[in-house]
Amino acid sequence: MRLTCPHCGERDRREFYYQGDAVALNRPGPDASDVVWDDYLHNRDNPAGMTRDLWYHEGGCGAWIVVTRNTLTHEVLATELASDVKEVSA
Amino acid sequence: MRVAGKGQVDRGKRVNFTFDGHRVQGFAGDTVASALLANDIKLVARSFKYHRPRGVIGAGSEEANALVTVGRGAHQEPNVRATVQEIYDGLEVRSQNRWPSLNVDLLAINDLAAPFLGAGFYYKTFMWPKAFWERVYEPIIRRSAGLGALSGAHNEDLYEKAFARCDVLVIGAGPAGLMAALTAARAGAEVLLADEDSVFGGRLNSEREEIDGIAAAEWAADVVDELAALPNVRLMLRTTVTGAYDQGTFGALERVSHHLSDAAGRPLECFWRIVAKRTILCAGAIERPIAFRNNDRPGIMSAAAVRTYVTRYGVAPGRAVTVFTNNDDGHRTARDLKAAGVHVTAVLDSRKDGPVGQGYPVIRGAEVCDAGGRKALESVTYRTVSGEEKLGTDCLAVSGGWNPSVHLTCHMNGRPEWREDIQSFGPVEGMVPGLTTAGACNGTFSTLGALLEGASKAREAVEVLGFERGAMDLPTAEDAPYNLTPLWAVAGNGRAWLDFQNDVTVKDVKQAAKENFRSVEHMKRYTTQGMAPDQGKISSMGALAVLADATGRGIPETGTTTFRPPFVPVSIAALGAGAQGIGFAPERFTTSHAVSVSDGAPMIEAGLWYRPSYYPKAGETKWRQSCDREVQLVRNAVGVCDVSTLGKIDIQGPDAGALLDFVYTNTFSTLKAGKVRYGLMLREDGTVMDDGTCARLGKDHFVMTTTTAAAGPVMRHLEYVYQCLRPELDVSMVSVTEQWAQFAVAGPKSRELLAGIVGEEIDNESFPFMGCGEVTVGGVRGRLFRISFSGELAYEIAVPARYGESLYQVLVQKAEALGGGAYGMEALNVLRIEKGFITHSEIHGRTTAFDIGMERMVSAKKDCIGKTMSERPGLSGAEREQLVGLKPVGAVKQLTAGAHLFEPDAEPVRENEQGYTTSVGFSPTTECFLGLAFLRNGRARHGQQVVMVDHLRGVTARCEVCDPVFFDPEGGRMRG
Repeated sequence: MRLTCPHCGERDRREFYYQGDAVALNRPGPDASDVVWDDYLHNRDNPAGMTRDLWYHEGGCGAWIVVTRNTLTHEVLATELASDVKEVSA
Repeated sequence: MRVAGKGQVDRGKRVNFTFDGHRVQGFAGDTVASALLANDIKLVARSFKYHRPRGVIGAGSEEANALVTVGRGAHQEPNVRATVQEIYDGLEVRSQNRWPSLNVDLLAINDLAAPFLGAGFYYKTFMWPKAFWERVYEPIIRRSAGLGALSGAHNEDLYEKAFARCDVLVIGAGPAGLMAALTAARAGAEVLLADEDSVFGGRLNSEREEIDGIAAAEWAADVVDELAALPNVRLMLRTTVTGAYDQGTFGALERVSHHLSDAAGRPLECFWRIVAKRTILCAGAIERPIAFRNNDRPGIMSAAAVRTYVTRYGVAPGRAVTVFTNNDDGHRTARDLKAAGVHVTAVLDSRKDGPVGQGYPVIRGAEVCDAGGRKALESVTYRTVSGEEKLGTDCLAVSGGWNPSVHLTCHMNGRPEWREDIQSFGPVEGMVPGLTTAGACNGTFSTLGALLEGASKAREAVEVLGFERGAMDLPTAEDAPYNLTPLWAVAGNGRAWLDFQNDVTVKDVKQAAKENFRSVEHMKRYTTQGMAPDQGKISSMGALAVLADATGRGIPETGTTTFRPPFVPVSIAALGAGAQGIGFAPERFTTSHAVSVSDGAPMIEAGLWYRPSYYPKAGETKWRQSCDREVQLVRNAVGVCDVSTLGKIDIQGPDAGALLDFVYTNTFSTLKAGKVRYGLMLREDGTVMDDGTCARLGKDHFVMTTTTAAAGPVMRHLEYVYQCLRPELDVSMVSVTEQWAQFAVAGPKSRELLAGIVGEEIDNESFPFMGCGEVTVGGVRGRLFRISFSGELAYEIAVPARYGESLYQVLVQKAEALGGGAYGMEALNVLRIEKGFITHSEIHGRTTAFDIGMERMVSAKKDCIGKTMSERPGLSGAEREQLVGLKPVGAVKQLTAGAHLFEPDAEPVRENEQGYTTSVGFSPTTECFLGLAFLRNGRARHGQQVVMVDHLRGVTARCEVCDPVFFDPEGGRMRG
């Protein structure tokens, strides 16, 4: 499996550390309800199909990357810098 | 028997090897199988379950019978296919799974017990008594059934892994593969052509035919010559592509030096990961047998393999060969044998309309129903409408048709589809993205058809990649029809083999169906059909057909089992090449490593780092003596310890303070430049992640230290918090752990020691406790931090790593002059336990800030990672196990870490557990054992007694609960 790091180009997946669902970008405020925090921290979908998750280019430039991929076909459809995704949504 | 003037082996080069200790001679270019057949050695193996005598059945990697052990001692390699192993001088080959010898195998008694050993016999027979399974049944079964054995010695052979990329990967170098590679290469694409054989050409080396008017093998050699001269082509021989993976990645096993008597430093095998933009699979096809009674006799072979032995190796596998076929292709064997001057007894053609009149006897409508001769074939009995006849013969060449090698197309969960025209399963386009098939593996069996498909598929591939597809330049070749009438198993009594390698018969498959294991996957597991190392390459199709028949379904509805990588067995050593020993766990050394080792310090692992345990002096025979002395020298004089392994992260930018406020529970933006502060870091779920000090060297410049273990995770966490949560901050960070060598200089005389080394004033006024700043160390710009992990007046001094070793030596030398010296991890641990300082023994991933008594460090004035969740009910309060100190009461031999705590009068069982110890050590300062522990409601229990019970080591000790700071609770020593 290979991922395209927006900085470094196409790289072997062994250079990357896998974190989990990109929902981690949407950190609730300190005053958010218990339910919201519980969802943010614990509850994850297990999609058969499209998923967005966070990878860290640990063996490379150190970029956190949002990877859009298909869990059924293993296709990697897009990679974006997490900081770009976060700034757009902010 | 060798046939004069035939074959491509080098008759000028004789090669001597041994088989079961007997000297055997072959020629360069022979495999073990061809050389044994040339010497009329028919019996080469014993079968897995029944220990039936077995001979060579095929001529390639699909071989099911001729498994042998190669080499001796640590180099012994079991289950090597004799049809793949090339011979070399001195090669040592042994048969396997027999006792005492191949010829006299007493375990062949299993064959007589066959009525009891059919499908599912394990499940039915060895049910009771239960205790017998492990002690009696399994050892007996393991001894009597099996394959070759490993040596048991450490594997000394070299293995490698390698990576390759290409535009077009061509798998298999038969007519389709050569044509595909040539077409793609001429178009200018980067081509990688891999073939598992020792020569390119595939079946072209085994067939007597012409391409463009010259011998097929010669044509193949010419194409290879052209490819070899092109700079954009990589040719890989002896390389089996074993699996298809995501994004055009393929695994491949190269047998680098299995065929050499002297590897000359080369690895035995190399495992390749090949990434291809486009792949053309030209894997060919495998001829299938026909099941009939005793069809496993040595001498019964694949008809195509017989042609291979005659044409390629110049070996006749028999003196009077009979052919049994259900298609026209089988007749080629008779023609080739005849052309080589080998006697063809008859062609038994199961069809009523097979070709006749080609100079050899053909019996139409004949089915072989039995074979005679135990260790070598002596006769076959065939049946026609007019009855049964016996025919004397020493070799039977069987062709039941061809199965396309679709394996790789199915490795990403695809299923092949049934093709009525070839009575077999063919590949489906698109099952592996970017991969297409050409030639026999696509069900195109004529040479001309294969050449045409290879060329056209390559033209399509290069066009997609943006190359000119070029002119279609196709050679002339044979285009004979296949004409097959299916015949899977000949009806009759007795055992007819399907899976030779796992001893599965037609009867077994029928038995499975009868017992309702009707799904092909159930039948496979119940009978073990296709589960041997050959993975059913020659047997699965026949078994499916028998199952389909037994269950009254068609073959397409019955379906196939799942094809999974690897295509051929791959040694774990090849897959894991480079990952043994130091490759598995690389070693990280500090700059003082060599000095510590030469001072006799035993080194202990701390993650990948190595750190000195203690420094034994003359007369010290136990580690405790050294440790006690080192603790005392720190408390009374000065000690030096390398602390470079702690993570160091350089953080710079106007928002550096804001970032730290967000990752630490306490506030750092208010810290003054030139000051250090202790910080606590939580995970988002509210448990403690790490702790350490963070120094502010300038307005926009911090240096964070992490624990040794958490250096990587904390770096990742900081980048995560910055990039994923707070990208608006103007800050950047980098790990500088390896750029700085850092040493703790601890003890009442530490200031005296350093005063002579650093250029600046470091008295209490100019360099107070928790101060930091740049200093000059012998002309080198370094950093000094007044922090203490020992509770003494202490500093940590850092210099660029290249000066680490010399600074360490200077520091130790000066310390020794002051009555101190170096100290190791054991002393460091005791010193911090005496002071109640925590490590990852305490912040082990389940403890909260409340548990370690630091809840007040979670600032109420700001948000931080983990703050919200740390306020959850249950993460604080009296029910929590809280950090306490433990002091033994009365005579106690020792305290142990990981022991459990109980009320003094409670039974020490799980239900009564009150807590556990995390760190212990003998404190020479207080002259007793001390322990840190987590105890339920512990902070309210100071002064009470508990009993420590270590069930594992059998240690019990009564202890008094106290504050975790045992020594100098006011901290006057480190501030002084």
